[in-house]
Amino acid sequence: MSWPPPLPPAARPFLGFAQLLRAHGFAVAPEQVVAFLEAVELLGPRHLTDIRRAAVATLAPPRERIEEFLALFAAHFEGRGRTVPAAGEEGEAEPLRVQEEAGGEEELLLEVVGESKGEAASPAEALGLRRFAPAAPARALDRFRREAPRRLPRRRAAGLVRAKRGPVVDLARSLRRAATREGEVLELAFRRRRVRQRRLVLLIDVSGSMKEQSELHLRFAHALARVAERLEVLTFGTRLTRVTPALRLRSVDRALERAARTVRDWDGGTRIGEALAAFLRVPRLLGFARGAVVLILSDGLERGDPELMVRAVERLSRLAHRLVWVSPLAATPGYEPRTAALSAALPHLDALLPGGSTERLCRTVLELARIEPARRLAA
Amino acid sequence: MPATRTVYGLNSPEALARALEDAFYLADPELATAAWLALALGKPLLLEGAPGVGKTEAAKALAGILGRRLVRLQCYEGIDAAHALYEWNYPRQLLALRQAGDKPVDIWGREFLIERPLLQTLEAPHEVLLLIDEVDRSDQEFEAFLLEFLSDFSISIPERGTLKAAERPVVILTSNRTRELHEALRRRCVYHWIDYPSPEQEARIVMLRAAGVAERTAKAVARAVARLRREPLVKPPGIAEAVEWAQAVDLLIAGGTPWPEAFRRSLGVVIKDEDDLPHVRARLDSILEEARA
Repeated sequence: MSWPPPLPPAARPFLGFAQLLRAHGFAVAPEQVVAFLEAVELLGPRHLTDIRRAAVATLAPPRERIEEFLALFAAHFEGRGRTVPAAGEEGEAEPLRVQEEAGGEEELLLEVVGESKGEAASPAEALGLRRFAPAAPARALDRFRREAPRRLPRRRAAGLVRAKRGPVVDLARSLRRAATREGEVLELAFRRRRVRQRRLVLLIDVSGSMKEQSELHLRFAHALARVAERLEVLTFGTRLTRVTPALRLRSVDRALERAARTVRDWDGGTRIGEALAAFLRVPRLLGFARGAVVLILSDGLERGDPELMVRAVERLSRLAHRLVWVSPLAATPGYEPRTAALSAALPHLDALLPGGSTERLCRTVLELARIEPARRLAA
Repeated sequence: MPATRTVYGLNSPEALARALEDAFYLADPELATAAWLALALGKPLLLEGAPGVGKTEAAKALAGILGRRLVRLQCYEGIDAAHALYEWNYPRQLLALRQAGDKPVDIWGREFLIERPLLQTLEAPHEVLLLIDEVDRSDQEFEAFLLEFLSDFSISIPERGTLKAAERPVVILTSNRTRELHEALRRRCVYHWIDYPSPEQEARIVMLRAAGVAERTAKAVARAVARLRREPLVKPPGIAEAVEWAQAVDLLIAGGTPWPEAFRRSLGVVIKDEDDLPHVRARLDSILEEARA
């Protein structure tokens, strides 16, 4: 076996650019780098513009990061000042930690340095542990468990299953039936698309302003985990924590106890925008949202940069099948979002629904399947 | 190292841009480069952009200059492989069985196969341009299926065996970006984001597509439309609306309607959403004033 010939030195700056992009969090696949090199060769290149166009076409930067991409390009190929705002370069705020529990240990998935400049109330972490007293089972939750299996949002999945009636004739089965009647086709057998439950993603605000609600929300999430086929639950405050494994425990009290231990930022500050941005930055978490019904249980009182939150919500709304904000404040008649962040994020939401009590939460979730998509415009 | 290479008779992105212009499609250099690279590298071209910026038109124009038949696969929620690949014509199979009586009959013959766009493409990859329109409307399974199709261009039909394209077909995908496509799909393609054209460019497009429209009207329409797109509208006007508006205004003026009045009366051609009309009506005077300057 012979080694492939080494790349010519002229290829180095192009490979270097791909590495630079990766270092800045762009997903660049090897096949894209190959396409980039081929494209540059094909184009001549007669001018730097050719290289730039080839880079944009083959490396396909996401639309919302095109400015950053072009700035990196200029810095790399033209040597113009490296003033690219790299993630985590500035900002005195404390890092936002993304964590999950794995085998009893706390596992750090990502540490994101905050982009908020620390104005307004300090989002300082007030790390604390929570204890939940065992509570009598709520009747609303029992009814919810009974009704949920047939009312949770569904999606058509790949593959066909047998059905009494359906758009597709099951020829094999029809002919077999006909064979028992001397070849007369008296009735047709059908198949239809398989239907699955849609993945649900619950993002629960556990900051100070939601103190009253967070236990209720976790109890509800636990009830939901018993009936939903695919569910992911994360809490956020000054950190983003995945609590899905804890909620899989059968006993609600044990599940809550374990969740209480995993979540470290009970009743602290709120950095909704940063938490959502961090959620989008971890590919595995982002994958949960793709095609799912995403619920954000929060009052929307953002202390950080509203712009960051709006951008994150916008991105999330493009990933998710439906994006629904559930606010305890929305239960008040005549409620309209007052905070700049939430009202700016409103156009990207499919619905803003009331929460605040177990009954209302149950009703809201059972109605999810009926939510029509908001008329969103391409960015 | 060859300085340039000839792909489909086009030796550079500029040559492609010129050919597209002859086919009445004005492509900016970025789009021409991306399309030319897609052809040269044998990769699919993914066009993203707001509705009405001319993504589908670009595919049609490209099919025209390559002299290929456009095979279009319109995606929608719930589309599955049967709609995209092939289906067996069951009634015909049953009839054939019935007619054959005791004689043997091959019910898996070609004549019982209903060819859908992807199969059509594989059968004649050198004759067609496959347009997979509005991929963002399909669901994830279909996207995964497309990914597989676009990487090896082969389809396996259990009853007939695997069919592989003799050469890599030309494929264009479009997306309105109502949702984000999977990274893997983007990676496989050459990518271009189509923006609304600049007012100057749009005035040229209007004059190219609607021959006979006065230059003055075309320019004013292009400026007014550009301004309208900055308003918070449910349905911002696309390029087709701009062309139609210019034609409508020209017709009205020819019929004796004075200048600003012609724009106002033909507003229904460009604003097609009930909710948008009152918003635009209230601002139309200032928009027209600006566009006229």
